[in-house]
Order: sequence, then C-alpha cells, then structure tokens
Amino acid sequence: MEQKTKINAEPGKQELVITREFDLPLELLFKAYVEPEIVEQWMGTKVLKLENKKHGSWQFETSDAQGNVVFQANGVIHEFVPNRKITRTFEMENAPFDVQLEFLEFEKLTDDTSKLNMHIVYRSVALRDQLLKLPFAQGINMAHDRLQDIVSKLR
Amino acid sequence: MNLRRDVFQAIADPTRRAILLLVASQSMTAGAIASNFDTARPTVSKHLQILTECELLEQVQNGREIHYHLNPQKIKEIADFVEPFREMWGDRFNKLEAVMKKYKSKK
Repeated sequence: MEQKTKINAEPGKQELVITREFDLPLELLFKAYVEPEIVEQWMGTKVLKLENKKHGSWQFETSDAQGNVVFQANGVIHEFVPNRKITRTFEMENAPFDVQLEFLEFEKLTDDTSKLNMHIVYRSVALRDQLLKLPFAQGINMAHDRLQDIVSKLR
Repeated sequence: MNLRRDVFQAIADPTRRAILLLVASQSMTAGAIASNFDTARPTVSKHLQILTECELLEQVQNGREIHYHLNPQKIKEIADFVEPFREMWGDRFNKLEAVMKKYKSKK
C-alpha cells in the first residue's frame, strides 16, 4: 500500500522533506495553516500569536490537563504567499534543539485535491538525526512503560 | 558515555556506507574490501571495526580467512527507525484533513 505521508531523509544530510497529498481543495489546505482556531484543532496546541505576513511572528503553547505548560514553540515568518508558500523558522523553547528553517509549499492537484511539500533544514546532520529519532525513542519508552504495567500486574 | 557505537553515526560516514553496499552483494575478506578503496588499509580496518561493533557487519571464520557479512536484521532496524516519525506526521495530517472536511460541510 502506498503511504500518503512520505518522509525523505537522505543519510548524511541536515535536511528532510515531508510530502503529503490531501483530499482537500488547495484553499482549504492553506486555510488550515492560517486560521488560528483551525491550527489549534489539528495541531492540538494553543495559538498565542500567528501573524501571517512577511516579518510576522508566531507562538504556540500546549498545556496538560492540570494547566502546566508542556510545550512552547515560536518562530518568524519570512515569506507568505497565499495558497502557495510559507517560509518560517521553528524553535522549541526550553529544549536543546536549535532553531530550524521550514519551507512549506502548497500545490493544487485537482479541484478537490492538493499537496503539501515541507522542506526542513536543521543546523547539523546530528541534530536532524536526533529529532528524527525522537518519536522512535518515545515509542520504545511507551512500549517499555506498557511492559512495566503488564509486569507489575502479574505480581 | 559513548560505550556502544551508534548505528546512525556509523552510516553517516560515506566510506562506511560504500563498504556496506560492497558487502551487500557478497561476503568479503578485509583485504578484498580494502582493495576497492584508495584509503590506507588501517583506515579501512578501523571502518570495519566500527561497522562490526554496531553489528551492521558480522565476521565469519572461513578456514584461515575472516569474511565480512551484512547483518540484514540490523539494516532493517535502520530502515524502520523513521517510521514512527512518519506516523506522527501522518496522524497530524489526517487530523488536518478531517477538521477541514468538517469545516467545508459546515459552510
């Protein structure tokens, strides 16, 4: 089966490309990146600021059920061309990862389908690999936690 | 801290990637592998040592010779490591699609 979301991360390079085809008209796909209340819904984060213009900036924040802030990210927008392109930086606050540069390109396929091409450039190869491995490591931790749960119930 | 070699560090080096491609077609001795490179023999030995330490290569005694084999299991682990990252983005985009479809029908 062909995967809808594709990741291209060549070894030894400090960049990666994420592509995805959507069952949505181009305008709706672009809107999902622009309207704060929509971004909040699919990103699962609070949008504190989102200035969709050249030299604008953005700020996201996620809290857990107890109201503790668990994730903060911010960046600036370098280029904003409606229904075509967003160039922006992304930085996670209080994390040992440097800022990354993101090129988002939106493309119309048919009247009802569209494509997103996300090109991310990291400061170094090592940093890119570390971030790529993050969900992998979290997956292992989760599997480990589940194992611990099962084992503790057996006792 | 760095007790065990990181497999990703191992494949970040172009010579080591070339060695893996070479051994993928057939198992070879260190000498046969080194003859494919302009690099000094001890340098190739060092690369082989690193690849063996992180289990990408396996040594098999064949009479008086030691042959290097590719360990397909370890290679598969590398191929699979990006999968959780892909799934994370896939889930996020699925959600985006669902949210926008609802948005469209509301209008």
